[in-house]
Amino acid sequence: MEVVEEKKKYINLEVVQKKMATRILLNKLVKYLFLLSTLFGLVVLAVLLYRVYIDSVGWLNLDFLRNRLSTNPDRAGIVGAIVGTVWLMIIVGPVTMFLGIGTALYLEEYAKKGRIHSFIQTNITNLAGVPSIVFGLLGLTIFVRVFGLGSSIIAGGLTMSLLVLPIVVVASQEAIRSVPQFLREASFGMGATKWQTIKHVVLPTSLPGILTGVILALSRAIGETAPLVVIGIPALLIPVPNSMFDTFTALPMQVYYWTIDSVLVDEYANLAAATIIVLLVILFIMNSIAIIIRNKFQKRY
Amino acid sequence: MVGLQVSTKIEKEKIKTTSESVKKNVVLHTKDLNLWYGENHALKNINLPMLENEVTAIIGPSGCGKSTYIKTLNRMVELAANVKVSGEIIYRGQNIFTKSYRVEELRTRVGMVFQKPNPFPKSIFENVAYGPKIHGIRDKKVLKEIVEKSLRGAAIWEEVKDRLNENAYGLSGGQQQRLCIARCLAIEPDVILMDEPTSALDPKSTLKVEELIRELKENYSIIIVTHNMQQAARISDKTAFFLNGEVVEYDKTDSIFSTPVDSRTEDYITGRFG
Repeated sequence: MEVVEEKKKYINLEVVQKKMATRILLNKLVKYLFLLSTLFGLVVLAVLLYRVYIDSVGWLNLDFLRNRLSTNPDRAGIVGAIVGTVWLMIIVGPVTMFLGIGTALYLEEYAKKGRIHSFIQTNITNLAGVPSIVFGLLGLTIFVRVFGLGSSIIAGGLTMSLLVLPIVVVASQEAIRSVPQFLREASFGMGATKWQTIKHVVLPTSLPGILTGVILALSRAIGETAPLVVIGIPALLIPVPNSMFDTFTALPMQVYYWTIDSVLVDEYANLAAATIIVLLVILFIMNSIAIIIRNKFQKRY
Repeated sequence: MVGLQVSTKIEKEKIKTTSESVKKNVVLHTKDLNLWYGENHALKNINLPMLENEVTAIIGPSGCGKSTYIKTLNRMVELAANVKVSGEIIYRGQNIFTKSYRVEELRTRVGMVFQKPNPFPKSIFENVAYGPKIHGIRDKKVLKEIVEKSLRGAAIWEEVKDRLNENAYGLSGGQQQRLCIARCLAIEPDVILMDEPTSALDPKSTLKVEELIRELKENYSIIIVTHNMQQAARISDKTAFFLNGEVVEYDKTDSIFSTPVDSRTEDYITGRFG
């Protein structure tokens, strides 16, 4: 009996061989299933880009970029929307960077880890999921009405900053957390203050991660429409803004209104398509910069 | 109760050692030091007078509190959460735990070299110039002089003088550790704390660092934690043996290794445990 016990096998070779074919088949099937999932998104994107491109052919030219808005599709241009978008970024960039990195530094380097810390942390993470239209309402209440800024660039910019703030905070926190503790110790060990350590060691080391977050946030801000609609940014605006207290319009707003009004004037659809191309090109450039920064400045330690 | 007996014995020992070497001043004097990490009583009634221009080695098995103790000497231990301290450490006549004592000033006088080489991800030059810069030196010429002097002091100048602008992470582990020593010398400290500075190095680099420590004690007071007893015997003047957060024995290194008073010290240095 004992000998039999020793030789007893739990793996039955026959069963294994019988099931082998199905296992291998499933293995292959799964691979194609995932490939299909990937292709689905890519194909839809390609179709969209193709349609937009076809619609915009003949409409996207230098005059389109240079001209002001007009009800006549042949003379209409988006210089106002481009300038408005640039202005918006001039506000959103610095405000988001300062508030976002400041918050991340406070949470990672100063705040005591405890209940309050994790409460704030949870809220920031959740804030990233709040719909942009809700941020629009917030901006309408606080910046447009309470602060009396009206539908100005500064009101739009501050609203947009709030919207993308969580992205910068979370990305910066991650970057700051990845700075090894031994580098901070080395700095403190030489009598550096906390701020000196942050300025000379923590920030330079975490800069690639932080900048990547900032550019991703700006890319999001540049394409957001809902908050601008809510705070009452007009699309049919002929003057070009020249200070941050002027009313303005931005590229996504222009796309939004032209798309809606394309039922009235067919050519507006072509103008919207041309504007989308401009917006996508700007986005593409910004994302490329993010990738270049991430690859180039990544330091090893 | 054992702890109390031990500390009274150390008191006697202390009187003996101070009377023997009248010429040398006590640079760091630990008195009745207790330290807790939360509920964990990590250091118990430590009393140690450490002398100027000497190498004091701290030995003991893992988890005996030797690293905690050396980090207490420049208050780096406070970077950990929930640390509570009682007692005094007198550095040049002042208790470093008093509220008005600025920790940044303490760490400028009491420098530290860490277990793992930890250069900044900057150039060799910037690594050494970091300390002087944060203390306000901006003059390029002065910085250059400090960098050269510190690198020479750490016996690494010849190896790096042609590549000062290269990243410090291109150096070997042993070179990185000597760079860290140079970086520490650049703030011209009075005391240098070394927390197992050779534990991450190969034997050849270890030898170089040990030679360096012997040279450095001419101008600095050095306190070194080591798990390597041969190293303690080779380079130190005094040795303190830590066990379970207490100082079991503190004496001249020769006496500790030849005629230990406490049987636990003898057991440890003869390799019966630890």
